[in-house]
Amino acid sequence: MFEIENLNVSYGQSRVIHGLSFKANKNETLAIMGRNGMGKTTLFKSLMGILPSTSSKTVVDGVDLNGADSYQRVASGLAYVPQGRMIFPNMTVQENIETGLEKSKSREIPEEIFALFPVLHEMRHRKGGNLSGGQQQQLAIARALVTNPKVLLLDEPTEGIQPSIIKDIAKVLNEIRKMREITIIVSEQVLSFTMDIADRIIVIDKGTFIHEDLRDNVDAAKIKGYLSV
Amino acid sequence: MFDYSMAEIGNIVVMQGFSGISLFSVLLLMALGLAVIFGQMGVINMAHGEFMALGAYTTVLFSQVAVSYDIVSYYFIFAIVAAFIIAFIVGYLVEYGLIRHLYKRPLDTLLATWGLSLIMQQAFRSIFGAKEVSATLPDWLLGSFQPTPDIDIPINGVFVLVLAAVVTAGVYIFMFRSRWGLRMRATVQNRIMAGAVGINTKKVDRVTFALGCGIAGVAGAAFTTIASTGPTTGSLYIVDSFMVVVFGGAASLLGTIASAFGIAQAQSILQFFMTSSMGKVATLMVIVGILMMRPEGLFASKLRK
Repeated sequence: MFEIENLNVSYGQSRVIHGLSFKANKNETLAIMGRNGMGKTTLFKSLMGILPSTSSKTVVDGVDLNGADSYQRVASGLAYVPQGRMIFPNMTVQENIETGLEKSKSREIPEEIFALFPVLHEMRHRKGGNLSGGQQQQLAIARALVTNPKVLLLDEPTEGIQPSIIKDIAKVLNEIRKMREITIIVSEQVLSFTMDIADRIIVIDKGTFIHEDLRDNVDAAKIKGYLSV
Repeated sequence: MFDYSMAEIGNIVVMQGFSGISLFSVLLLMALGLAVIFGQMGVINMAHGEFMALGAYTTVLFSQVAVSYDIVSYYFIFAIVAAFIIAFIVGYLVEYGLIRHLYKRPLDTLLATWGLSLIMQQAFRSIFGAKEVSATLPDWLLGSFQPTPDIDIPINGVFVLVLAAVVTAGVYIFMFRSRWGLRMRATVQNRIMAGAVGINTKKVDRVTFALGCGIAGVAGAAFTTIASTGPTTGSLYIVDSFMVVVFGGAASLLGTIASAFGIAQAQSILQFFMTSSMGKVATLMVIVGILMMRPEGLFASKLRK
């Protein structure tokens, strides 16, 4: 479904991601965990074509996306929920979601989106910038979902969000996966959230993968060790 | 200012006010195009005035053809459309050939577009001559309308006002009700994220820039009804147009309208009572004062930051 081979990303002379390779299957949630500054966001940005990168393979559902622009990657089935939400603050909630409808023929927001996020329906005429952090996170997920992705990338979706909403987001992500059978790749630092959603956990450190395990076999203490500073 | 009776002052204010409205209409059309380009893309287009001149020359050419075929009554509407289309196409090519390479270098854009404006001015001079030319106006645009014996309101001024209103409404609908407008606003607010939700931001830039130039072309067509066109016509309006955009608050349509109105009226009425430069000075002083208190312009949108 989603396959990366030998991905390298550099900021000028300093290489940040060192030859990463991984695969994620359909209907699988993969969590990439690591401390701050280990390359999670860089990895996600390069996957979206926001940062230039080199790789021998970036394949979504049989389509090679090497060197493609962001919008072409979205058209091929990648969707992105960035760190810090990055919703469009001056547009209403409804318009924010509509920006994701670039691929679809109709301008109508599918009903299931509002079923997943009732709060967005309530607030659909408010400006995105006036929503709370948790609501903005839901909006960013909704905006990514309307592009009908095959692979959904979420970069630290729990950052700066209160615990009760974190639980909601985990529930929604599980629901989305059940409903659409897509691949979800999430970067995280919060182990409890990851354990709620992920099937597989990979730990990233200084731009290389140092540990990989299925959730059921995960040794929580060991992962915590990797994540502590 | 004190040699006039109250009734005379009233009439002067109405008539100068109306001439201010003609100026307002042209300024508004110019500023709309600029607001689209500067407000949406952050590009300072010094050649914007020349796109207006391009529209004006297009209208003049149309009028010459219309005179030779004796269809002067109808050509004007087509001339407006043609002025838009030609300025749009030239704008599209300019974005493709020049502007898109300079998005990350705002100062260079300023110089490059200034150079472009000089090139376009010289091109007008070589093709159409240094002398000012005017379009032959259809009869229904001539004459004036007199509500009282002392007040004269020119019909071409009314026409330009109506045109400005129609274009403003068109821009509003385009920006806030259409798919393209949504793409543009998303790209302005966060270019990277717009790309990451599937919007082709490079294409959006090209259309935005071309649209701004097209509106300048319409401004040029409107301009031919109130004055004659020369190679440097555009450069006379560019400073005032920038002033309108900055004063109104970039990216705010309502702000652009209000500030175009304020600036045009202030200049027009003050210029009657003082000299023309003093009128400009007084207007500028007020604008500088207000911008010191409201640096984001008259109508900046309020949001959590």
